[in-house]
Amino acid sequence: MTISVMTSTSAVPAGTASSGATANATPPVRRAYRLTEGQLVGGVASGLARHLGTDALWVRLAFVVASSLSGFGLLVYVVLWRLLPQRDGADSDETPDRPAGVDAATRMGMRTPVKARRHPGSDVGQAVALLALGVGVLLLQQQLGWGLDSRVLWPAFIAVAGLALLWRQADEVQRQRWRGATPGASLLSPLVGGGGWAAAARLMTGAALLATAITVFIVQSSGVSVLGEVLGATLLALLGLGLLVGPWVQRLVADLATERRARVRSEERADMAAHLHDSVLQTLALLQRHADDPRAVSRLARRQERELRAWLYEDDIPSGASLCAALTGAAAETEDLHDAVIEVVCVGDATLDDATAALVRAAREAMVNAARHSGAAKVDVYAEVSARALEVFVRDRGVGFDAVALPEDRMGVRQSIVGRMQRHGGTAEVRSTPGGGTEVRLSLAREAAG
Amino acid sequence: MSGPLRVALVDDHAMFRSGVRAEIGQQVSVVGEAADVDSAIEVIGQTSPDVVLLDVHLPGGGGSEVVRRVHLKAPDTKFLALSVSDAAEDVIGVIRVGARGYVTKNITGPELVAAIRRVADGDAVFSPRLAGFVLDAFAGTIEVAQIDEDLDRLTEREREVMRLIARGYAYKEVAKELFISIKTVETHVSSVLRKLQLSSRHELSRWASDRRLI
Repeated sequence: MTISVMTSTSAVPAGTASSGATANATPPVRRAYRLTEGQLVGGVASGLARHLGTDALWVRLAFVVASSLSGFGLLVYVVLWRLLPQRDGADSDETPDRPAGVDAATRMGMRTPVKARRHPGSDVGQAVALLALGVGVLLLQQQLGWGLDSRVLWPAFIAVAGLALLWRQADEVQRQRWRGATPGASLLSPLVGGGGWAAAARLMTGAALLATAITVFIVQSSGVSVLGEVLGATLLALLGLGLLVGPWVQRLVADLATERRARVRSEERADMAAHLHDSVLQTLALLQRHADDPRAVSRLARRQERELRAWLYEDDIPSGASLCAALTGAAAETEDLHDAVIEVVCVGDATLDDATAALVRAAREAMVNAARHSGAAKVDVYAEVSARALEVFVRDRGVGFDAVALPEDRMGVRQSIVGRMQRHGGTAEVRSTPGGGTEVRLSLAREAAG
Repeated sequence: MSGPLRVALVDDHAMFRSGVRAEIGQQVSVVGEAADVDSAIEVIGQTSPDVVLLDVHLPGGGGSEVVRRVHLKAPDTKFLALSVSDAAEDVIGVIRVGARGYVTKNITGPELVAAIRRVADGDAVFSPRLAGFVLDAFAGTIEVAQIDEDLDRLTEREREVMRLIARGYAYKEVAKELFISIKTVETHVSSVLRKLQLSSRHELSRWASDRRLI
C-alpha cells in the first residue's frame, strides 16, 4: 500500500516540474498558478489540479498521504506555495489580461465586478475529511513507532499552522492590491491590507503560533531554565533591529508604492495617447477631408468604431487561427469594401483547417452578396459550433430574389457558395423571397471538419 | 395606456443623452436624466418612470448597482441596458441583477422605441449579441443533470428561439419561422430571461473567462 502511494504522490510534483520545464521551450507557456478562489489552505492543490486537468480532491489526497512520509508532502506544498504565483481562477475579474476598456471602467468604479460564488459547504466538508485522514495516518505512524520524534513533531505542527495563517494573510493583501483597494500607506497596511481587525487577528495568531512552536522546541530540547535567557536575548535583538531598520523599511515601502502607481499611470497614459494618435486622430482628419461624401464618412466612422470597440472591449479572441476570428475579419473587410454594417455573433469556436477555411470563404461571399445586392442596412452573421456541426447563417432584410429563377451565370452563389461547400462535404442553402430578405445557411458536419 | 411612456436616461455621456432624447423624444416622454449611480437613484425615485434606459458602465459602481439599489425600494422598475460595451460579463451581470433586456448603442431610433415599449409591457428584449451570449453560457447543458435542472438548461424550443434571434430574426419573424404566435415567442424569451437571472450555474459568472475551443 505504501509503495503504490509513494509512486502516485511523487508523480504529482515531478509531473509539474517537467511540464513547466518543457512548456518554457514552446511559445505559449502554460504556467501553473495557485488558485486562491476556492482554496482550502493556500490554493496549491486546486491550482495544480487545474494545471494537470484533474480534480482538486485527488491532488489534496496525494498531498495528505505524502505528508505521512516524514512530512514530504507538506514540504513540497510549502515550497510550491512560495514558488507558484497566485491567481483567482474562478473569477475572470482578477485575471490580469482583461480588455483595456473593462480595465479602465473597473479602475474608475464604473462597473460592479462579478463575484464568483463559492460553495463553502462542500469545501469545509472536504477539509475536515482530509484533516481527519491526515491526523489518522499520523497517529497510526506514531503508534507503530515509524513517526518522528514527538519533540520535533508537535512544534513543527504548530509552526506550520502559524506559517499557513501568515501566508494566507499575505496572499489576501496581494489580492487587495490587485483590486486597487489598499488604503493609504499606514505602517501596517503592507501587512494587514484593508482587512481590519480580522486581518490583524490572523497576523497575531499566526505570529503567536510560531512563537509558541519555537518556545516549545526550546523547552523540550534544552529545558525550562534557559528559556528565559534565550527569549530575553531574542526580544532585545529584535527590538534593536526593529528600531534600526524599521523607519527605513517603511519609507522604502511607501516610496515603492508611490513609484509603482506613478509608473502604471504614465504607461497607461502613453498607451492611450499613442492609440488615439494613431487611429482616432487620423480618422478625424480623413473625415474632415471627406466631409462632402456621406458614404465615405459613414464608412470611416464605422471602421473606427470597430477598431476602438475591439481594442477596448473584445475578449481575447484567438487571432487568425479560429473560425470566429476569421469570420470577424471577413466581416470587417466586407464592411470596408462595400459600405455595410455586419454584426457577427459567435457561439463556441473551432480551429481553422481546410474545410473551415472554405466555410469562412463561402460565408464571406454571402456577406459580400448581401452587402452589394440586398440594399439592407444591416447584415447579421451568426456562427454556431456544436459537437455535431459547424453552422454559419448570413442574413439580411433586403430586397431578396427568386432563388429558383436564379440564372446559371450568377457565379457568386452557384460556385463560390454552394459548390465550395459541397466540395468540402458541407451543404449550403439559400432562402430568399422577393422583398423578404435573404438567408444563406452554411453547414459542415464535424467529422468532415476533422 | 394613458399618455406616452415615461422614460429616464442614465448615461455618463451628456452628448449621448441629448442624442437619444432627440431621437426618441417624439414617441416617448423623457422625464429625467442622470449621469452617475447616485443621481440615477435620486432621479428614478422622484420620477418613477415606466422604463429606465441604463448604461452598463457608470461612475459609482456601474449599471448593476443602480438596478440593485432601485429594486430594493421599487422592485417593479423596469430597466433596459444600453451600452457600447461588448464585455459579456458586464452585460450578463446587469441582466442578472434584473434588467429586462440589452441593446447596443448603435440601435436605430425606431428600434429603440420598440424595445422600450416591449420592456414597458413586461417583456424581454434580446439583441442578437445577447442571444449569442445566452447560448454560449447555457451551451452543453443538455447532458448535464443537476439539482436545479429546469433553471440550468434551456428547453429545445427556447434554444430554437434564441438561435433565430442570434441569426438576426425579429420576434415577428421568429414566430413565422416556428409557426407560433408572437405572444408565445415573448413567453419563451421571458422564460430565458428568468433562467438567466435565477440560474445558479457558476459558468454564468465565469463563462466569459474562457472561450471554448471545441
